[in-house]
Amino acid sequence: MSNLGIPKTYKLFIGGKFPRTESGRILKVRGPKGEFLANASRASRKDFRNSVVAARRASGGWAKSTAYLKGQILYRIAEILDGRTDQFVNELVAHGLPENKARAEVAEAVDLLVHYAGWSDKYQALFSTVNPVASSHFNFSSPEPSGVVVIVSPTRGSLPELVSVIAPAMVGGNAVVVLAGENALTAISFAEVLATSDVPAGVVNILTGHRDELVPEFAKHMDVNAMLLCSDDAEERQGVELEAVENLKRVALQPDRPLSPSPYHILDFQEIKTTWHPVGV
Amino acid sequence: MNANDFLSGGFAPAPESTDHFEIKKTYDLYIGGKWVKAAKRFQTTNPANGEVLSEVALAGKKEVNQAVKAARKAYDEIWSKLSGAERGKYLFRIARLLQERAREFAVVETMDGGKPIRESRDVDVPLAAAHFFYHAGWADKLTYAFPGAEVSPIGVVGQVIPWNFPLLMAAWKIAPALACGNTVVLKPAETTPLTALKLAELFEDAGLPAGVVNIITGAGETGQSLVEHPDVDKVAFTGSTAVGKAIRRSVAGTGKKFTLELGGKAANIVFEDAAINEAVEGIVTGIFFNQGHVCCAGSRLFVQESVADKVIKKLQKRMESLVVGNPLDKNTDVGAINSASQLERIKELVKAGKEEGACIWQPSGGVPRKGNWFKPTLFTECAQSHRIVQEEIFGPVLAIQTFRTPREALTKANNTPYGLSGGVWTDKGSKIFKMTTGLNAGVVWANTFNKFDPTSPFGGYKESGIGREGGLHGLSAYCNLSH
Amino acid sequence: MKTEVLPFPARRDSPAIDQVGVEERAQRFCARSLKKETKMSALKLAVTMLDVTTLEGADSVGKVRQMCQKAMRPLPGDPSVGPAAAVCVYPRMVKTAVKAVEGSKVRVAAVATQFPSGQMRLKERLGEVKYAVGEGADEIDMVISRGQFLQGEYRAIYDEVAACKEACGEARLKVILETGELTTYDNVRFASDMSMAAGADFIKTSTGKVPIAATLPVTLVMLQAIEDFYERTGRMVGMKPAGGISNAKLALQYLVMVREVLGPKWLTNDWFRFGASSLTNDLLMQIRKQETGRYQSGDYFSQD
Repeated sequence: MSNLGIPKTYKLFIGGKFPRTESGRILKVRGPKGEFLANASRASRKDFRNSVVAARRASGGWAKSTAYLKGQILYRIAEILDGRTDQFVNELVAHGLPENKARAEVAEAVDLLVHYAGWSDKYQALFSTVNPVASSHFNFSSPEPSGVVVIVSPTRGSLPELVSVIAPAMVGGNAVVVLAGENALTAISFAEVLATSDVPAGVVNILTGHRDELVPEFAKHMDVNAMLLCSDDAEERQGVELEAVENLKRVALQPDRPLSPSPYHILDFQEIKTTWHPVGV
Repeated sequence: MNANDFLSGGFAPAPESTDHFEIKKTYDLYIGGKWVKAAKRFQTTNPANGEVLSEVALAGKKEVNQAVKAARKAYDEIWSKLSGAERGKYLFRIARLLQERAREFAVVETMDGGKPIRESRDVDVPLAAAHFFYHAGWADKLTYAFPGAEVSPIGVVGQVIPWNFPLLMAAWKIAPALACGNTVVLKPAETTPLTALKLAELFEDAGLPAGVVNIITGAGETGQSLVEHPDVDKVAFTGSTAVGKAIRRSVAGTGKKFTLELGGKAANIVFEDAAINEAVEGIVTGIFFNQGHVCCAGSRLFVQESVADKVIKKLQKRMESLVVGNPLDKNTDVGAINSASQLERIKELVKAGKEEGACIWQPSGGVPRKGNWFKPTLFTECAQSHRIVQEEIFGPVLAIQTFRTPREALTKANNTPYGLSGGVWTDKGSKIFKMTTGLNAGVVWANTFNKFDPTSPFGGYKESGIGREGGLHGLSAYCNLSH
Repeated sequence: MKTEVLPFPARRDSPAIDQVGVEERAQRFCARSLKKETKMSALKLAVTMLDVTTLEGADSVGKVRQMCQKAMRPLPGDPSVGPAAAVCVYPRMVKTAVKAVEGSKVRVAAVATQFPSGQMRLKERLGEVKYAVGEGADEIDMVISRGQFLQGEYRAIYDEVAACKEACGEARLKVILETGELTTYDNVRFASDMSMAAGADFIKTSTGKVPIAATLPVTLVMLQAIEDFYERTGRMVGMKPAGGISNAKLALQYLVMVREVLGPKWLTNDWFRFGASSLTNDLLMQIRKQETGRYQSGDYFSQD
């Protein structure tokens, strides 16, 4: 009796759900020898807009959730990802990665998540100040999440790359929309990890699609507060910067490779708020 | 009764004297430690009476180039090689010299810009000196400012500043730039160049090495040449959101660092349980300080319906006691509008407010005939859709709306592309934090308003700007960090 | 004048006071600059608002008589200066003072109700009020029971003020809050609101017998209470800062504050007083200085 496998349908991850692209278009994903692997969704501008709506809806609650909870959830993602190591390794191997390298990538991604999980309740202390103003006021400055952050992942979109751009924005209380790299299958499988890790719906939204089609939309959208672009392409960078001007989106430009772990990547998507209050009776 | 009898309610004139210093007939550009002539000049006038104060040089492309070159040379040869401690000592010197000449700077600031002498004397000049003093101390301590990161200067900084706080903005810009090891080309606003030029005199007295700070005067084109200059590594701008966006566009793709400190339309929210009398004073400070020429002015008042009548009545009474007139008079509370064009802008928006159906109220006193003047003004019956509620007026005009619940106040307060500042007035502690954390703004004043301090970071969310100035957070705008 | 007594007010009806805000606001009055005729008219106005005061164990008939002379003719030879509003003495000195100021506009005020502490049964304190009024006092400066206030027995304060008002008969009642002992502006505001509701004609900051007496901000809080009370009831109440106002410059800052908060209507000695002992001569010296352009010496002004 033959045992035919059941290939997975790779869809988008928007608002905690896995919809197909509204455009009905596909990205044919092939293995290193050109063999067919899957039909991923080729997200449209409308899918992106829907993602921003989902992210905006989720951003308030996520920002207000306690730092402890955010840390717990990031750690939970690491746990679930670790538990699914074999699945990811198989996928990465199908993509042409040697198994030991695939295993190392998953482990690196898990480590990154654990690292940022630990930052959830510490970066605030690092980046906050109590300011000794020369009057009878208590004055302090502390970071607040930027809001909705859109992320263009490094081109390859390996698991560590993906996690290295999502985790700092997310742990900082932002809701994110991510355009995954070429590794579309890994990205959507990671979305399944997110979907089972108590991440509130809409906090992370993952799209797969054509970079040149979607990047300008990311930069243009007026309800997006900040954007991370991992790119070595000067033209793409300038294009994003120019489109971002209209609502003075914050733009962080990074090279086309994974971000090494640093609390300063969290700070990139924070606004510093300074509060004054008189001291008296 | 004599018109100046105390019981008549007026004041005999109490003008600040102007005979203890000199405003030169002409000023050149301060480039590379020398005063450099330019082909063209323009006049700077006293907005309170239209009199010409001086003629200053108009820097063209050539002079901008010269200034950037001087700054680069000073950076490469001197400033980047100096220890932080030595840089700090120069800044301390500057702070002291400014304190010594405080009265002169205050009077010139008032004459050139139209702000009341009380404010230039008690706010602008002392705060400017404090900024130099504060940043002086950072110069040799930058390694402590950014945990886990390595810090280095950026290089040559081009700075363009506005006319509402000419000296203070110069200090905000120059002090951190120098402390962090950069050299500077600064362009003051065309209507208020004098205190920046006087500051150059003071740099000479301080022995600041040639080219470390260069002051070039001119209008928008001069600023544009500076911002677009390829050898400028970082641009710092304070001014309108429209110009800020143009600058943001021009630095796109260049790799230049930038900070933008732009417009605002701050909500000042007064609850029924607030210390009402202090709140009224805060509303007045919020919108009439510096004729409302303040990017963080509390230009939208949200007052809880249950106390709206009381608050408005008290506010009107308080406004009747505001002295509008000669900015040099020590009793003046509200001075002259900075320029004829700004006055036009205010008038246009006030006209729009009336046409859109808001109710205008102004105090009974008059304003001088000569010069640019606008009475402190209130609008009641404002709607969120009115232009006077949505657009930055940058004048002494307050738009009042009422609200019923904290949630409604927050929603309306945040319903704007701006996010520079905000105010909350309530006697209930937990409500203060609910509101201050809920406001999307970079500076939130709770039970106070329009307070500034060099230790306190300032800057906006959303279209009010990018980056912070002042405090520890302001330093990162003038450093390269590697981590 | 029959004063209507209003019901005992709830503490929550008094608005909150922000210390930093009110002190900043008060400081701003100090930035006002009075010159030339504005200054001169304000100095002369200040003289007419003086409650020239002696409240010492050593007060004697001779001392009080001398002081009354000064109150009536502060600057002999210049009738445009003065007279002062009142002399303020202990009850035993009322008769002497009444006789000394006879025929002048100067009124006689007596401190009473176990001044300065108020630590005695209400019955005896009211007896003191009646005694002083019987001796001819035009005005009574009572003290409230700060201990009871701080214990939270607010109603007792309202009741004692109302009782004193009744005991005063035709005499006007000034209620001393002793703000230095009430400590917070919130307390001062509530004590002001209660006193006015209970019938006070004036509210007064201090006895002058505790270290912290009148300040600009505490006076501002009381002026705002008066303003709000007037808005609500239409009844004017007077204000008397006392203690610590020792020079002319400070006195003028108070007047500027009254003018800007309550308006010129309050700028008569029916509605505003200074309780002071050493202020008089500084005002006179400043008046002379304005007239002559010469800074003055104390040797040219009588020390009474």
